[in-house]
Amino acid sequence: MSSFLEDIKSGKILLSDGAMGSLLMEKGLKHGECPEHLNLTQPEIPEEVARLYFDAGADVIQSNTFGASPMKLAEYGLDDKTEEINVAGVSIVKNVVGNNAYVYGSCGPSGKILQPFGDGDPDEMQRGFETQIQAMVSANVDVIFIETMTDLNEALLALKAAKSVAPDMAVVACMTYEATPKGFYTIMGNSLADCAAGLESAGADVIGSNCGNGLDKMIEIAIELKKVSHLPLVIQSNAGLPQNQDGHLVYPETPDIFAEKVTDLIDAGVSIVGGCCGTTPETIKAIRQTLDSI
Amino acid sequence: MMELLAQISEQLQKGEDETVLELTKKALAENLSPNDILNKGLIAGMTVVGEKFRDFEIFLPDVLLSAKAMTAAVDHLKPLLIQRDLPNIGKIVIGTVQGDLHDIGKNLVGIMLKGIGVEVIDLGKDVPPEKFVDTAVKEEAGLIGMSALLTTSTPMMKKVIEILHERGLNKSIKTIVGGAPLSAAYASDLGADDYASDAADAVERVTKILEEK
Repeated sequence: MSSFLEDIKSGKILLSDGAMGSLLMEKGLKHGECPEHLNLTQPEIPEEVARLYFDAGADVIQSNTFGASPMKLAEYGLDDKTEEINVAGVSIVKNVVGNNAYVYGSCGPSGKILQPFGDGDPDEMQRGFETQIQAMVSANVDVIFIETMTDLNEALLALKAAKSVAPDMAVVACMTYEATPKGFYTIMGNSLADCAAGLESAGADVIGSNCGNGLDKMIEIAIELKKVSHLPLVIQSNAGLPQNQDGHLVYPETPDIFAEKVTDLIDAGVSIVGGCCGTTPETIKAIRQTLDSI
Repeated sequence: MMELLAQISEQLQKGEDETVLELTKKALAENLSPNDILNKGLIAGMTVVGEKFRDFEIFLPDVLLSAKAMTAAVDHLKPLLIQRDLPNIGKIVIGTVQGDLHDIGKNLVGIMLKGIGVEVIDLGKDVPPEKFVDTAVKEEAGLIGMSALLTTSTPMMKKVIEILHERGLNKSIKTIVGGAPLSAAYASDLGADDYASDAADAVERVTKILEEK
């Protein structure tokens, strides 16, 4: 078993990082530029982001590979660079953290909608994820992080891809849910229970949710997931829906709120906690303090 | 006659593309006007789909199937619609504003608008302000739709609106904005002509603006 999974099994709460895109922009990602291409053109930028989150106390740091599937890179005409971009993405983080944190190989949605609703071909999609994941594995990634998925079938293809190129690699699979009157569903209409069951039977080691509509909903999601799955859970919440304060938009959930509410997530049985849109290294630092005081 | 239109609407809601096309052809054979088929059949059905999606009664796959059925029928109707019969098929330029890479909501609005027969020019994400305006001018689109998820990128919406004013285009090209960080009040602070709270609302408001033009 990977030491990542052993840590979780031993009851350790792991802290992952926060938002990536907004920091990349702050540090120099130009408008219209492919965020993952920075891994090759200006590796110092993703390196600085990894360092900020590492210094904030994260145990798990994601690679800048969210949109580095060939399907997504093709939008920038960069699909022929899939391998290089993913290898560099993982190596950059690895160089920053050494053996002191785990590298999360981020694998986001393909941007395509699967047939028959869209034109995404499932075989092609799985092969694409295999290419991406194989590259991350070759660069010694610690965990494959399938994230922000809104279609269970697509998440399953990514999961299958991970299992076929690296059967022993730890895989974390995260869906993004909406709160509906009927309970939590993805936008594609997959219920939370169906997602949990599907991901578990396809071999996910850890399941959970990222992004979303703030911490309170995420706590509910964690409680619901615990009822239907015995797998370890991960929750990486965004900082709520932005609100208008005197003409400025701010994310309502400050680092202090994260520091306070993270205990509810842990009480709900969550093993990996972290942030998403609207969170910063300060958020991660605040959660670290809470975790260290428990 | 009206029954046929109601059937078109109903089958469209079910996403039965072949049936919708068949019924559309049948309606034409029975001398119903293409305009009525579009408005009282297809668009009426798509409006219900939009509302059900907003209320979580159905999910995105259902919307996509209905949109597909709509597209097939509209493609068949298009050559038959003479210019004066086209009041509802307007043109909109959409995109996620500069500084923002989140495009799920914008894509959804695009799908739904195409579904009701609006011509959608999608500029993608991280779209520079000038590009919105230049494209609208070049394509003679009367409406620009802007989306954002990040708080930090909403000022770019204001920038687009400012450019329209500077170039004296603000009367001929209207703006509508949407996205998680926005509210009607904030949209009006930005100077936008309209605000949509979700994809279904966007469809309703865009249709209204394009009808008025």
